[in-house]
Amino acid sequence: MAEARTNTEDYLRMYRQMVRIRTFEDNANQLYLSAKMPGLTHMYSGEEAVAVGICEALKVADKITSTHRGHGHCVAKGAAFREMFCELLGKEEGYCRGKGGSMHIADQSNGNLGANAIVGGSMGIATGSAFTARMLGRDDVTVCFFGDGATAQGLMYEVMNMAALWKLPVIYACENNGYSEYTRTDEIAAGSITARAEAFGIEAHQVDGQDVLAVNALTQDLVARARRGEGPFFIELMTYRYHGHHVGDINREYYRAKAEEQEWKETRDPITRFRGWLVEEGIASEDEIEAMNEEIRADAKAAVDYALAAKYPDTSEVDMHVYKGVTHALA
Amino acid sequence: MREITLSQAVNEALAEEMRRDETVFIIGEDVAEAGTPFKVLSGLVEEFGTARVVDTPIAEPGFMGLAVGAAMTGTRPVVDLMFGDFLFLVMDQLCNQAAKTHYMSGGKLTVPLVLRTNLGATRRSAAQHSQSLHALVAHIPGLKVALPSSALEAKGLLKTAIRDDNPVVIFEDKLMYNDKAPVPEGEVLIPFGQANVKREGRDITLIGTSSMVQVCEAAAGILSAEGIEAEVIDPRTIVPLDEATLLASARKTSRVIVVDEGHQSYGITGEIAARINERAFYHLDAPVLRMGAMDVPVPFSPALEDITVPTPEGVAENARRLVRGEMIHAA
Repeated sequence: MAEARTNTEDYLRMYRQMVRIRTFEDNANQLYLSAKMPGLTHMYSGEEAVAVGICEALKVADKITSTHRGHGHCVAKGAAFREMFCELLGKEEGYCRGKGGSMHIADQSNGNLGANAIVGGSMGIATGSAFTARMLGRDDVTVCFFGDGATAQGLMYEVMNMAALWKLPVIYACENNGYSEYTRTDEIAAGSITARAEAFGIEAHQVDGQDVLAVNALTQDLVARARRGEGPFFIELMTYRYHGHHVGDINREYYRAKAEEQEWKETRDPITRFRGWLVEEGIASEDEIEAMNEEIRADAKAAVDYALAAKYPDTSEVDMHVYKGVTHALA
Repeated sequence: MREITLSQAVNEALAEEMRRDETVFIIGEDVAEAGTPFKVLSGLVEEFGTARVVDTPIAEPGFMGLAVGAAMTGTRPVVDLMFGDFLFLVMDQLCNQAAKTHYMSGGKLTVPLVLRTNLGATRRSAAQHSQSLHALVAHIPGLKVALPSSALEAKGLLKTAIRDDNPVVIFEDKLMYNDKAPVPEGEVLIPFGQANVKREGRDITLIGTSSMVQVCEAAAGILSAEGIEAEVIDPRTIVPLDEATLLASARKTSRVIVVDEGHQSYGITGEIAARINERAFYHLDAPVLRMGAMDVPVPFSPALEDITVPTPEGVAENARRLVRGEMIHAA
């Protein structure tokens, strides 16, 4: 019974985290469309089961590296809405004091080593984080999130080689959402993606990235094994990006058909699927789920309102944090 | 005082810091048993083992990126980049990742990393193993840049760099590895941002970096025999730069030549000359002169290579003309 109850809590937390990501993104999109957000942002909607399934298998001390499409990873690794929306709007109370914005958003205190705006740019960082764990005898594991587009970068192969040689506790998590920016993945990736990891002797798995339980079960197993020194591992998570490459990529039928988007949303949505399962299994009632959704919507609204009213960093901050130990770099 | 080579100075600095702090490690190509092609690291793997003197595949972006992630998570990597020319291979990891992480995270993440590499032509190594590329990294906020000019600086600046919480790039002159200089026994730490007045003089200031410090000193010797007293200053670090010492000397002598082995155009010499022009213009009796490496790829043939870098005779000749009031680039 105790275990069943624990599982129930785990399931509900996974559902909650997926809805929190979707709700965050819906609000971020609205902020963009209503011209309240500076710059652009890349929506994670549709890929929630990937970030949540993986991060729910991690401890706080475990590390992740994230991407330009990083809000989902940030939420899943434990970040709060208020500091995230503040960061999105360039406000002082943002996780990065407004200096990073959407593409560098991270709650560092929860082991998020940063979202990276260079495609594939974080693969060395994730591998180095795993190197630290091994060198200092810590048992934390690092997950490197990246997209299918990043598999074209040479850095990935250099660091996978080293990670395999040195058995580092790193898991390379390839979110294959079918598109490398505005180009279909099959036009940029020759052969098999998992085979590339296997060439280094890295155990590689392909999993349905729309099934949070499948992702979580696989990751739990791989994380436990990585902690025991059996890493590295590679996972290709088959998923889908509901929006365009970024929020401004609205008219995209020249590279992706609306019917295809519709089909993924209607038949493979990770939240809808998991919700159905929760109800079917008697873990939660429709009413309980609706109440949870409503609570998350209210949380998001409150955080957005707070962030809109929050203050920008003082202009004196512009030359702060250039160097550690130097208050103002240009003083 | 005992004299040791620049190579021994680097080796001592690393050994001392690795004994003092178990999070310090060396990573790069052929750093362990081979001790690098220059034999600078010989003996370190015997004392510290392969876990802390880490041989990598020939994959500069990979081990550079790995070091960035390692530095972000609790270690202090000293990256060995075999030739300064390979900087072009690691630019993303160094300049987009290491240099910006502290800033982009609003000061929450740090990258205490040292990149040791080299500069210097006239070793008959042609265009891809002879460049002096420190201006490239000095251009990027978030990096510190040190240019040791002797064994003493090589030791003192490297130890300071390892203890610094920021990414530091140190360029050793590969032609000076066997040059001896007095280095005291025991702790040697040289703070960043403190220029060294190597020789006092009243008539002209020669600002030299790295290998060009000895060129300036030799030029000062030639000039002294002719009754011209040159002041020779070694900035020791170009980021941060000890402007105060350079400006005080410029105001005193009213004539300045800046000598550096990087290409002359868009380089260190131009930057220092501009700062002196901006802040000491009314004290000057002549334009501040730049003497950098010729703006050509470094040629192989000794007959060609030797004329691409400043020499004591060339510096002395320009100094004479400035002191005589001749406009070197008269309209």
